[in-house]
Amino acid sequence: MGVAAAGAAFSGALSAGATGQRPVAGLLAPAYEAARLMRQRRRVLLGADRPLWRGGGGTLLVAAVLMVGVVPLGNWTLADLGVGVVWVNAVDVLVWAAAWMLGWGANSAHALVGAHRYLAQALSYELPLMFALVAPAVAAGSLRVGDIVAAQSQLWFVVWMPASFALFCACVLAFSLWGPFSTGSGPDLAGGVLAELSGVDRLLVLAGRWALLAAGSAVAVALFLGGGAGPLLPAWAWSLLKTLLVMAALVVLARRLPLLRPDRLAEVGWLVGLPVALAQLLVVSLVVLGRS
Amino acid sequence: MITGLVFWVLGVLAVVSGALVFRFDSMARATYALAVSFIAVGAALLLLQLDYVGLVTVLMMVMEMAVMAIYMIMFMGMNPALMPMSMVHSRRTALGISAGVFLVLAAGIVTVPWPQRRAAPAADLTASLGETIMGSKMLVMMGISPVLFATVVAAVVLAAPRTRYDRFGDDLRSAPSDPHHGGVGR
Repeated sequence: MGVAAAGAAFSGALSAGATGQRPVAGLLAPAYEAARLMRQRRRVLLGADRPLWRGGGGTLLVAAVLMVGVVPLGNWTLADLGVGVVWVNAVDVLVWAAAWMLGWGANSAHALVGAHRYLAQALSYELPLMFALVAPAVAAGSLRVGDIVAAQSQLWFVVWMPASFALFCACVLAFSLWGPFSTGSGPDLAGGVLAELSGVDRLLVLAGRWALLAAGSAVAVALFLGGGAGPLLPAWAWSLLKTLLVMAALVVLARRLPLLRPDRLAEVGWLVGLPVALAQLLVVSLVVLGRS
Repeated sequence: MITGLVFWVLGVLAVVSGALVFRFDSMARATYALAVSFIAVGAALLLLQLDYVGLVTVLMMVMEMAVMAIYMIMFMGMNPALMPMSMVHSRRTALGISAGVFLVLAAGIVTVPWPQRRAAPAADLTASLGETIMGSKMLVMMGISPVLFATVVAAVVLAAPRTRYDRFGDDLRSAPSDPHHGGVGR
């Protein structure tokens, strides 16, 4: 949560800097926005499917918390599941359902179009994401995130599987509806799935999006950047620091890249992303075979 | 004790949300009630320490329901997907069949002489499941996957209204004329 808030503050500072204000003034912008949304009255919509709408909004934050649960923070892990990598994947698929429920529940055309855009994009990025996740698991010979961190004691995985790392980072942006993958909540759709959200509901969804970005960065650190490995500082501090750095990089990158149209993304995901992920996986498998 | 409690909560959740699928009058709610039911079943599998199977159940089913909702709403005739509608067809027959199936399965649970466990479960159930499926039957799996993939491709080719001659004309080497261009510049 702290990492997510730091990311939001950083992005606020960047926005302020971009509009010519002092960046420090933007640091507090997310806090002001949160306070404003907490006081705002909920908008009531005719024919809204409230259980699905609210359920979808809450699921984003829950998914982020569940995802962080399997990531080791130093020598301390909330739930050290034997199949942590599959857990991460299953949780990111929850975002599919959440985004569509958000769009459908509002009973608004903009929101529904946003939800369909998101799902079209999800079909394009999910398979490259799966195969990007498989590469570190194959290299470590285990699906447990702790084992994958331990297997990087000699060499971080990002060094010899950069393609998987890059694809995974892009997919982190995609499942948090961020940057080039934010057409589902884009300004051309009056906010898409965010269009009709107000008050606490909106706060919950925006916080969930930041939390997903933070959780994805934490997973990237554990799978590719050696987890808590580093000199001087304790392991948990390194994990936190690296997560903050990855998230800052993603925030900066997302602000610089143009939007990707979901209908064009399908071909990119399946004709470029998927073969690249598979080729990287082949290299990793051959290295593992050669070692044993 | 706690495991038993969690099992009962999950079981009741799975059955109740499964039943709600037929009580709801909205396609979207019915779809996601089914998703909740499957998530509860996946979590119950986690209780059996079948971590991989449980999580894959959740992963596949949530993904499938998200896509299914769109297809149901897209293809349902006369646009009733956007109106309140009953989720039940031929009510009496369906009730009769489901009650019959439930009785047969429940009778099976009570009457089948279940074998006693003879050995301890493997230390890593995920690895031993993989060994069992992929170890001796790798050839079968490798044979099945291209057949499945070819079936999917063939179904899509047969269902697509535009053939390659619509796209390319008589000369299949020319540039295609598509209403939308893909992302890699074709």
